[in-house]
Amino acid sequence: MSRRARLAIFAPALVGFAALLVWGVAGLPHFGHYRGPYGHVVNRIVIPERHVSNAVNATTYDIRGFDTMGEEFILFAAVTGVVLLLRGSGRTRAEKDDVVRSDVVRAAGAVAPAVVVLVGLWVAAFGFVTPGGGFQGGVAVAGGAAVLFVTLGYRAWSRLGNESILDPLEGLGAGGYVVVGVAALASGLPFLTNIFGFGVAGTLRSGGSAELLNWAAAIEVAAANLILMTEFVEQYLVRGRS
Amino acid sequence: MSYAPYAVAAWICVVGLYGIVTSRNLIHLGVCLTVTQSSTYVLLLAVGYVHNGGPPIFTGVPPGTRAVDPVVQALTLTDIVVSVTVLALILALALDVHRHAGTIDPDEIAELHG
Amino acid sequence: MIQATLLALVALGAPAVVLTRDPLRMAVVNGLYGLVLVLLFVALAAPDVALSMLVVSCIAYPLVLLIAISRSRS
Repeated sequence: MSRRARLAIFAPALVGFAALLVWGVAGLPHFGHYRGPYGHVVNRIVIPERHVSNAVNATTYDIRGFDTMGEEFILFAAVTGVVLLLRGSGRTRAEKDDVVRSDVVRAAGAVAPAVVVLVGLWVAAFGFVTPGGGFQGGVAVAGGAAVLFVTLGYRAWSRLGNESILDPLEGLGAGGYVVVGVAALASGLPFLTNIFGFGVAGTLRSGGSAELLNWAAAIEVAAANLILMTEFVEQYLVRGRS
Repeated sequence: MSYAPYAVAAWICVVGLYGIVTSRNLIHLGVCLTVTQSSTYVLLLAVGYVHNGGPPIFTGVPPGTRAVDPVVQALTLTDIVVSVTVLALILALALDVHRHAGTIDPDEIAELHG
Repeated sequence: MIQATLLALVALGAPAVVLTRDPLRMAVVNGLYGLVLVLLFVALAAPDVALSMLVVSCIAYPLVLLIAISRSRS
């Protein structure tokens, strides 16, 4: 279909879709007058029943933990797709002479990745007390490794960004989530019931098995993003220097 | 102001769709898809907003304080992180197409060669 | 008031991203759009979502986009 024909069909369809959207959102309650009871109920019960101060992370890993498992497997499947497309596509492991020449950048590279990784781990660990959690902290840790590549070159990165470390880590994260859920099944309760003891809300030790799920998600997100970066960096370096 | 965020969300969705259909570059197409996804984030957060409500975090705050809806925030934050991998998948497909067909213009990738 | 301003900026930023056809410039504009979205999410009392969008739009998007752009030009 030619471009002009495609646009001729698209224009009225877009107008119709826009009208449908406007009609749809006009039926919502006014901005700020949230009606539904679910949000208010979660806000009320999150400290007495779940012993977690951060209601968003309590929802993600405890009350709606099953949805997060689905999201993790979306992540897993998409990374598998990228790996199938890009890995082993005939590249040679030739001599990679990727050297960073600037001393200032290399000096920053001695400190900056560690700082970013530590901040990422802090964000992931304190997910139940402050804003944060496994998903955000995982991406931040992967970002720290990316800073390692940018400041110190390929040789320093390749110790971390190779398949033998990252693939098992990703499997550990995704599988660990399911194992924690199955542990509840093994004791006769429904899947993903919170069986480890609740701690005290507002401290690090709170939330029971939601803490383990938080770390499983952090490991999986960090490993998945690192695998993506590894594949793209290999594309950039090995196939691009021509 | 009572319907403005919803109107902005609908506008962003329409703009993103327009960008996807009229795109001449597969990378541009991937980013327009993320723009369309961001319209859903704005819509979800606008639905959950409570007037004068604080963030749904109760560290050191008595549990009866007015807070916005945490459920839509939980949906949104996992969605944002997953959208990165979806974009990476689209970009990997674009690189593959570039390797085989030599171009990343969707209009020029007409036939599949067996 | 702040929310209205940020909503207006977001409504301007989305067409700016879409109408920028050059992929490299679009990567930069997309990063700015992501930052404006972060501010909007903070104004809507959603700090977790803002953190998530911040790490994603400043770390992950530029990395994959820049590598794909540089590979697609050669």
